[in-house]
Amino acid sequence: MGSVFSFQQIVNGLQLGAIYALIALGYTMVYGIVRLINFAHGDFFMVGAFAAYGAFYLFNFFLPTGGGMAFAVLIMAMLGSGAMALLANKFAYKPLRYKPRLSSLVTAIGVSMLLEYLFSALPFIGPSPRGFPELMAKRMFVIGGAEVSNYVMIDLLVAAVLMIGLTILIQRTPMGKAMRAVSQDKDAAKLMGIDVEKVISFTFLIGGSFAGAAGLLAGLTYPRIQPYMGILPGLKAFIAAVLGGIGNVPGAVLGAFIMGLAETFATAYNSLLGEGIAFVILIVVLLLRPNGILGEKTADKI
Amino acid sequence: MDKLRLPKLAIAGAVFYAIVQILILTGVLNGYFVVIINRSMIFVILAATLNLINGITGQFSLGHMGFAAVGAYVSGTITTILCTHMNPHAFGDNLIFLAAIILGGCGAAVVGFLIGFPSLRLKGDYLAIVTLGFGEIIRTILNNIAYVGGPRGLLGIPKFSGFTVIFLFTFFTIVLLRNLVQSSHGRAMLSIRENELASELSGVDTTKYKVLGFVIGAFFAGIAGGLLAHLLQIAHPTQYGFYASSILLIMVYAGGMGSLTGSIIAAFSLTFLTEGLRVGIDWLRDTVGIPIGTEWTMVIYALLLIFIMLYKTEGFMGMRESKILVIEEKKV
Amino acid sequence: MSAPVLSIQGMSHYFGGLKAVSDFTFDVPEGVIYGLIGPNGSGKTTCFNLITGIYTPTQGKILFQGEEIVGVKPYKIVHKGIARTFQNLRIFSNLSVIDNIRVARHFNSKVGLFPSLLRLPSFLKEQEQTRDEVMDLIKLMHLDKRANEMAKNLPYGELRRLEVARALATKPKLMLLDEPAAGMNPKETEDLMKLVRRVRDEFKVTIFLIEHHMKFVTGICERVKVIDFGTTIAEGKPEDVVKETKVLEAYLGRKAVVC
Repeated sequence: MGSVFSFQQIVNGLQLGAIYALIALGYTMVYGIVRLINFAHGDFFMVGAFAAYGAFYLFNFFLPTGGGMAFAVLIMAMLGSGAMALLANKFAYKPLRYKPRLSSLVTAIGVSMLLEYLFSALPFIGPSPRGFPELMAKRMFVIGGAEVSNYVMIDLLVAAVLMIGLTILIQRTPMGKAMRAVSQDKDAAKLMGIDVEKVISFTFLIGGSFAGAAGLLAGLTYPRIQPYMGILPGLKAFIAAVLGGIGNVPGAVLGAFIMGLAETFATAYNSLLGEGIAFVILIVVLLLRPNGILGEKTADKI
Repeated sequence: MDKLRLPKLAIAGAVFYAIVQILILTGVLNGYFVVIINRSMIFVILAATLNLINGITGQFSLGHMGFAAVGAYVSGTITTILCTHMNPHAFGDNLIFLAAIILGGCGAAVVGFLIGFPSLRLKGDYLAIVTLGFGEIIRTILNNIAYVGGPRGLLGIPKFSGFTVIFLFTFFTIVLLRNLVQSSHGRAMLSIRENELASELSGVDTTKYKVLGFVIGAFFAGIAGGLLAHLLQIAHPTQYGFYASSILLIMVYAGGMGSLTGSIIAAFSLTFLTEGLRVGIDWLRDTVGIPIGTEWTMVIYALLLIFIMLYKTEGFMGMRESKILVIEEKKV
Repeated sequence: MSAPVLSIQGMSHYFGGLKAVSDFTFDVPEGVIYGLIGPNGSGKTTCFNLITGIYTPTQGKILFQGEEIVGVKPYKIVHKGIARTFQNLRIFSNLSVIDNIRVARHFNSKVGLFPSLLRLPSFLKEQEQTRDEVMDLIKLMHLDKRANEMAKNLPYGELRRLEVARALATKPKLMLLDEPAAGMNPKETEDLMKLVRRVRDEFKVTIFLIEHHMKFVTGICERVKVIDFGTTIAEGKPEDVVKETKVLEAYLGRKAVVC
């Protein structure tokens, strides 16, 4: 029992949490702004990983491995998944913007399936897992009795930088203010002259690119990628966003780290529990406190 | 006294059965086609029951295959333990099979109640997610019970499902569902879909009927799962996950959310289409040499779903029923 | 003097910090046509939602025919005998007119699930009976030509009548009408007034309605209660109430009186 809550597990949990946080942020931002559970978001994560993979082999012709390569690949991952998010919004979600929400939800399921099966169907990608290249040399340190690799620190660092950047974006920039306005009241925002569709596209871009960054980090940390790799992490990151309060940005981060830690501890204790803990958390949250930890209660007007 | 009404559905069913049976006996339809027809009928049950929950009662379940899984595993476990010889003509075995299928349905119904009762207070996307979660929990649990095979699945299930048995179960499911929908209980469920608040304020116990829809849907889905397990002779957790449930969703939307007729048509069409695509793709790959895999079938389905949601949400039949399924009432 | 059919005692309701209804105490006598009027946002619909059990009042009692109904589920309150129509029509659009009304008869059904699934004679007999009862109601509401049509195809005026018919089908003792005259022209309003009186007289139903259409209220209500910001401003016979300064202030101060 002692090894379940050890420092090593805490480190592992935080590392996992950082990756979930980047994915969860995208879910929560999109939900906040258009009230859509974008089922395909986990697949943007996958697209990012593959974009990184492709970028590596492209850049490898003229860049050595190392920090510079890793950075360049990160940018490509974010661009790739961000672009995919924009496409999904433009062709699949925007046409249904003013139709019943369930239609968008089902369409998102369709987009998700499309991405997964398309990637596995394309001959140059294929369904089999691929090993992710080592972008930079892996070094191990021993801190407080736990084995901590430089990848852990990279994961946490990248996540932190992106989250801080997002916070600055939302709190200090005009676009961020527009995003907050649209998520509170779309119609009022429109009446105030905000180009709502542009704000929505931008949100998808940011959310998608964050998922792509997470995809790169995941490829680096758990170095096997395959077209279906986004299903479970996507679902778990979504549950994390719900746990924190869907639509709430700090909530997504909080929920993600709780989820990462919970999953790591649970797996260390018992593999069945590890597999199922995310869904148990989901059920408990939805049945007991659907608004999540930091979410607000909304009243329905009858 | 009304003049004698033609039992249209019974006639249609009998005609279908007779035609297929003749084709089988004369050898026109070989075993391969019979399997596809059998699978189509099983999916008719699955699609129609999902339609009962999503289309008729207006709820939104994304974990429907979880109920089928319960039915498959419960019935499969019973028959693998009790049937020592795999001979389906032995009287004892037929009885055991029937009982196992029904018990599988009951098990699924119980699970349906346990899930439905707390979940159905939620609406829309929240309900969708919670049912998805429950479906995944069922799959995870089954994946981890070594006794029923864990990740390898439950193997060696006797092949008790045949055309006649599956046809009978499918036919009775359709009849019962049709009778339900066109009774006052069914109208109560439809009213919940149309306007839940008005329904409650017209005296309908909406909680009871939402749960009832779930439980009835789960019961027959469990039966379908049992039939499937005894057709394929295996029950495996991956057959019953979120993606399987998504295929069902595509079927119900394609046929028409709220139309039993639509579910029947879609189940047959999409099952045959899947098989046709698989054959076509295999041919393209093996004979023509194009490097193409069966994942393209799923790509087409994904595109179909997106297309339906963007351009034809009501699907093929909308909410209409074929005249064969509509019970004539005395005109005013 | 018969007991009031509805007795509200000290009812208050808060939405978070917002006081929607403040300390209502009044009785609705049996057999009367009672009107609740006030400007938009004064708490009228909230009052109805509280009576029908959609909300549970923060404080106070609601007695229906002497029985406490606070905390009772809405569908059970309907069974006890309170029916209601809605400000924004809540019709079952994809059901036929006759099915819309049949839904409201369902809770009276004595036939269980199994006889229905198997279409046993007991089920068929009850279905026939219900159909006849519902057709009588439909004829009364002059909707017989539309009986088999889908509700979403009906014009607005007929939909309002359909809602009334549906509410009547629950065989209520008390009917709550939420802005029944909304969107109607003078002729339609006349017809509605006749209809409401008929319903009260022939079905022995007490009518409690919400309106802000003054002419309708003074034309048909026998007693009237005026509220604003969740509190009572005036109560009594319509002619008397309308003259009271406060009522005029509440109305002229914010919206033109519709006469």
